[in-house]
Amino acid sequence: MSQEQIDRAIAKDYAAGFTTDIESDTLPPGLTEDTIRFISAKKSEPEWLLEWRLGAFQVWREMAGPDWAHIDYPEVDFQSISYYSQPKSMEDRPKSLDEVDPELLATYEKLGIPLHEQEALAGVAVDVVFDSVSVATTFREKLAEAGVLFCSISEAVQLYPDLVRKHLGSVVPRKDNFYAALNSAVFSDGSFVYIPKGVRCPMELSTYFRINEANTGQFERTLIIADEGSHVSYLEGCTAPMRDENQLHAAVVELVALDDAEIKYSTVQNWYPGDAKGKGGIYNFVTKRGLAHTNAKISWTQVETGSAITWKYPSCILRGDNSVGEFYSVALTNNLQQADTGTKMVHLGKDTRSTIISKGISAGKSSNAYRGLVRVGPTAKGARNYTQCDSLLIGDQCAAHTFPYIESKNPTGIIEHEATTSKVSDDQLYLCQQRGLDPEKAVSMIVNGFCKEVFKELPMEFAVEAGKLLEVSLEGSVG
Amino acid sequence: MLSIKDLHAEVEGKNILKGLNLEIREGEVHAIMGPNGSGKSTLGHVLSGRPGYEITQGSVEFLGKDLLKLDTEERAHLGLFLAFQYPVEIPGVSNMEFLKASVDAVRESQGASAYDTVGFMRRAREACAAVDLDQAFLKRGVNEGFSGGEKKRNELMQMMLLEPRLCILDETDSGLDIDAMQVVASGVNAMRSESRSFLLVTHYQRLLDYIEPDFVHVLADGRIIRSGDTSLALELEAKGYSWLDDSEVA
Repeated sequence: MSQEQIDRAIAKDYAAGFTTDIESDTLPPGLTEDTIRFISAKKSEPEWLLEWRLGAFQVWREMAGPDWAHIDYPEVDFQSISYYSQPKSMEDRPKSLDEVDPELLATYEKLGIPLHEQEALAGVAVDVVFDSVSVATTFREKLAEAGVLFCSISEAVQLYPDLVRKHLGSVVPRKDNFYAALNSAVFSDGSFVYIPKGVRCPMELSTYFRINEANTGQFERTLIIADEGSHVSYLEGCTAPMRDENQLHAAVVELVALDDAEIKYSTVQNWYPGDAKGKGGIYNFVTKRGLAHTNAKISWTQVETGSAITWKYPSCILRGDNSVGEFYSVALTNNLQQADTGTKMVHLGKDTRSTIISKGISAGKSSNAYRGLVRVGPTAKGARNYTQCDSLLIGDQCAAHTFPYIESKNPTGIIEHEATTSKVSDDQLYLCQQRGLDPEKAVSMIVNGFCKEVFKELPMEFAVEAGKLLEVSLEGSVG
Repeated sequence: MLSIKDLHAEVEGKNILKGLNLEIREGEVHAIMGPNGSGKSTLGHVLSGRPGYEITQGSVEFLGKDLLKLDTEERAHLGLFLAFQYPVEIPGVSNMEFLKASVDAVRESQGASAYDTVGFMRRAREACAAVDLDQAFLKRGVNEGFSGGEKKRNELMQMMLLEPRLCILDETDSGLDIDAMQVVASGVNAMRSESRSFLLVTHYQRLLDYIEPDFVHVLADGRIIRSGDTSLALELEAKGYSWLDDSEVA
């Protein structure tokens, strides 16, 4: 394929770039204690939660943003961000999809992920987060039969305050990092899941996020608790409309897997990456962490194709003996996108095991870094880790970096690290084109092949969605 | 079907083809022979549209279309197939997946309906058996870890499934033992038909013992300097390419 073809393909517009016009109840930009009081009051939160938020705000004010990541961006003015936004139609919560704002449903249609189709075909319960508030919750009744609690975190604060109070911040403390502290202070909404003892959640739980209000920060907070011997698979997928301003996103996801429990958390992230000149696009600073107790298993699978800046390290604290942590990642960057992503596997319990499979794809002038920490603590006798870290370059102006950190304080630990870097070759493209495939389809196929080990970890219901979102990103990343 | 007139082409600023003329009609099998560096492989790549090959003069008409104006994949859609001398690997993409995507793309462009998955898999298995490859190859990554001979047979399998109008075989015989060559030859012979044409690019006469061409051309220094029937190939084999230089001078 010629450079001209590459340029032409790369120049294609972002397919998911459009805005839905829904009137929002939005707070003016700025962040003070009053902002936090407003958010907390708006949600009728109990006193303890307001105090918790204010405590986080105090901590955050004394912290500085992280500067160690291999990313470069202008300083964020936190006073220019609006910290609360809610679609007006939320005042009357819809009881079923029929009552959902048709424009919202049309938005999903445009993305090719119609809700009713998903429900019918995949049996997925969808907790839709549109801007900062959930506007539709489905299959709640069926889940209730199994004793599964699945709702927005705002509702959970009202309905299950004890569970929330016990676990909120237990995996990601407020002072963990700059963005986690910010999120703790101003988090708007997110999902809450509780799986009771011994219950296998009867369906995949899914949330689609969509950022829709201009200049509004998005601060999702997700808490998933799998009680002893339970099992849950949670799916998170995102797309975003086209924007001029950079949008800050600082989510926190906490997973608690009690003894013998298993949590599988899958993400497909397709936020607006900015245009070819790097204008616009989401800044995505996410803290995701899971705590695994004895014999528990936490598995992160992510397909990251969007955002101007991605700063994200889904991690596992393997505290319990025999606990297992997994991280399967595909991160694709194009144009001027920058990603610094990876994982942390912290082995504390005996015979803990972790697997890291990371596939980074760089196209255009993008920069894609894998940053992974494997730490074997002094108590982690017999811990094992296997890391495989592969980079694929498309074109000759992109960059791939690997930053592995390995710390072993127990002589019985076994840590393996493998890394490769390869390039989509002109000869591969030529072969595909000679066989009748257009260049986009060819690159899509080659990249899919490269990512196969990760894609097979995605739940069936999500695999199609992931493939589709990846292809949308590849429309703009061929080369 | 294919009409090449006064074709000049260069690669990295170097003239390779210098005024090549060739007519191929439907159902004909043409063999192009020539010494190393004569431009044999370049001809195949120029026809199939490999990036980096610049046409400086001349024209190529294929099935009534100006071939040189078409993108690589559009040429494939028209029914032009090139069996590569050195097929590349595409790790992680299974042969079956690749074949299906390829056949779907070509059929779609021709307005034909796509094969259903079961029907396609049956056809793929038949083609796999026809080129004497184990069925396991359908599940393996495209050419991933294949031996030289297996890659060539894989090319032939793709050719069978795509049912092209013009098959260009770029030194498909090189590096093959006699058994594998017979497999390739019987595959090609089975595909011969009144509407399908072949252009066999080869260095040795050996392949022509198994596939009898209608015409044999000798390519030297970017031009066809002699055309004939199979006797020309045999003469070449006996006397070597240097014979041409002498006879040309004479």
